[in-house]
Amino acid sequence: MAQLNMVQAINQALGDEMARDDRVMLLGEDVGRDGGVFRVTEGLQDRFGAERVLDTPLSESAIMGAAIGMAAYGLRPVPEIQFMGFTYSAFEQLFAHAARIRSRSRGRYTCPMVVRTPYGGGIKAPELHEESTEAIFCHIPGLRVVVPSGPYTAKGLLLAALRDPDPVLFLEPTRLYRMLREEVPEGDYTIEIGRARVARAGGAVTVIAWGSMLERVLKSLGDIDAEVIDLLTLNPFDVEAVLSSVKKTGRAVIVHEAVKTCGFGAEIAATIAEEAILYLRAPILRVTAPDVPVPLAKLIDQYLPSSEQIHAALEEVLKY
Amino acid sequence: MSDELLASFEVRRLSVLNELGELDQALMPQLSDADIWRMYEAMVLARTFDERAVALQREGRMGTYPPITGQEAAQVGSAFAFSADDWIFPSFREMGVHLFLGYPIPQLLQYWTGDERAQKVPERLNIFPFCVAVGSQIPQAVGAALAARYRRDPVAAICYFGDGATSKGDFHEGFNMAGVFKLPVVFICQNNQWAISVPLRGQTASATLAQKAIAYGFEGVQVDGNDVFAVYRATQLALDKARSGGGPTFIECLTYRMADHTTADDAGRYRSAEEVVSWRGKDPILRLERFLANRGQWSAEKGGEVKARMTAIIDAAVQEMEAFPAPAPAEMFEDALATLSPRQAEQRKVR
Repeated sequence: MAQLNMVQAINQALGDEMARDDRVMLLGEDVGRDGGVFRVTEGLQDRFGAERVLDTPLSESAIMGAAIGMAAYGLRPVPEIQFMGFTYSAFEQLFAHAARIRSRSRGRYTCPMVVRTPYGGGIKAPELHEESTEAIFCHIPGLRVVVPSGPYTAKGLLLAALRDPDPVLFLEPTRLYRMLREEVPEGDYTIEIGRARVARAGGAVTVIAWGSMLERVLKSLGDIDAEVIDLLTLNPFDVEAVLSSVKKTGRAVIVHEAVKTCGFGAEIAATIAEEAILYLRAPILRVTAPDVPVPLAKLIDQYLPSSEQIHAALEEVLKY
Repeated sequence: MSDELLASFEVRRLSVLNELGELDQALMPQLSDADIWRMYEAMVLARTFDERAVALQREGRMGTYPPITGQEAAQVGSAFAFSADDWIFPSFREMGVHLFLGYPIPQLLQYWTGDERAQKVPERLNIFPFCVAVGSQIPQAVGAALAARYRRDPVAAICYFGDGATSKGDFHEGFNMAGVFKLPVVFICQNNQWAISVPLRGQTASATLAQKAIAYGFEGVQVDGNDVFAVYRATQLALDKARSGGGPTFIECLTYRMADHTTADDAGRYRSAEEVVSWRGKDPILRLERFLANRGQWSAEKGGEVKARMTAIIDAAVQEMEAFPAPAPAEMFEDALATLSPRQAEQRKVR
């Protein structure tokens, strides 16, 4: 099996699916000739042609809106929004249309598309290039939100997303793009959307994380007997996996790099409180970024949850 | 060094039938007597539908409704040029298009009672659901045109919007992308001169809306939107161009919203009665009747007969619509997603 990084794994998934299904088309800013600003789509335009790997004008709302029209027509477009912070100008298309067209038309029109966007902090990039606003997207019924945590999950989840009949927001943690290398099977495999994965089994405390924070959590455990849940899909998140682990350990710590207030950790904590409070031995803790705009490079390391903060939270809940 | 003129442009306005029902024979598109009569009946049907919809709202039998009266020529004239496989992206004030294309009338009424099941468009029609978010359907039409070209289908996308939509970002983004990729799409603006209370002069400093297309690299034309022949001719030419690889066209139909923005609006608060009265003489149906009468094909009696027939059609549709069973509460979960999440499935059970 080949050792791939996440950029290579995503590239492979896109190429394989385009070869398999002529409905799959890529569109976005610089995705073709340039191979994307992170080179995720490198070589795909040479392989599949400029009509299938379409360099668009700098126009996020039109990219998203056009993808909706293409999906309704019967294609499977994969719009790339260059950075998560630039999805904001495409909100109306995503929220008012992509997520609702199936419902609005009672199933006559659907929107099978995968919106790919790099997200998260830690790459020393300019403003709005390190956003982590995934919770906003989870508030929209009709839109699935998926976050891989490494090359293996990236390929399997992306292949599943490309075959999903509904729109999927596929968040690619930029910090991990070239940081991790994993064995990635060359052949076809999918990871079911809506299912979490136990990244590390344990008994004393449940840690729930996703995306780039998973890597940091796994490095922060020390000798703590933690069970680490890699959520993989945020909407719909795997309630059963979270609850069964928390019922076993009696403790829950949620780690995300987004701000605390109304972060997705709040939804998880509320669900645990509603459905498993009698199993808890300690308060549910959240380790998150502070409630301020994402700072630029000089302070990004002080903004993102650190290993020390994660470890301290685990020790805190273990006091109970 | 130089200071030279790089480009200059002209904007054309097309008018075939004047207010007196007189024709410019040279500009008249090829239409048989039967075609013209079909246009006339479709316009009367649209007007009758509209009058009834407003009445039903006033009687508490229907929800908020946006009237189309005055815009029948822009709607019927354009729809007359469509092919069966074309894709249509409406806003929410094109019921005349729906009616002409044969959208089931009870279902069309049902939508305005607040029943989403009405938007399940019949399979034979490629018409998108109503788009309430102004202008946001424009990039979607562009995407459908992209998909059609990718599939090598001889299909055009047609996108309707109002004058207000030309101020939105999606107008710019959609027009720009359509121009860059030279796509088979026809943009039809029903410039009815009012976006709720904001008149056209408050919407743009541009002398015409049509000229906005020039900046995107394709043709924009203004037509007399109350002249069904002019609208048909412009749409037909634009569709021929789209299908032969000539790219997009923008048609500005200059018309007038004779009624309130919706049944929840009172246009008397912001525009003068004189202005409305001045547009009555330009009524698109009246104009076509004058034309037909000049040819000896229309009389008050014949007009009355058409009106009675259309009224009977609408009567039957209202009756059928009101007999539809109310949606079950669980209906809101239908088609939320292809597969409901466990949480959604739980929520559905208790509804």
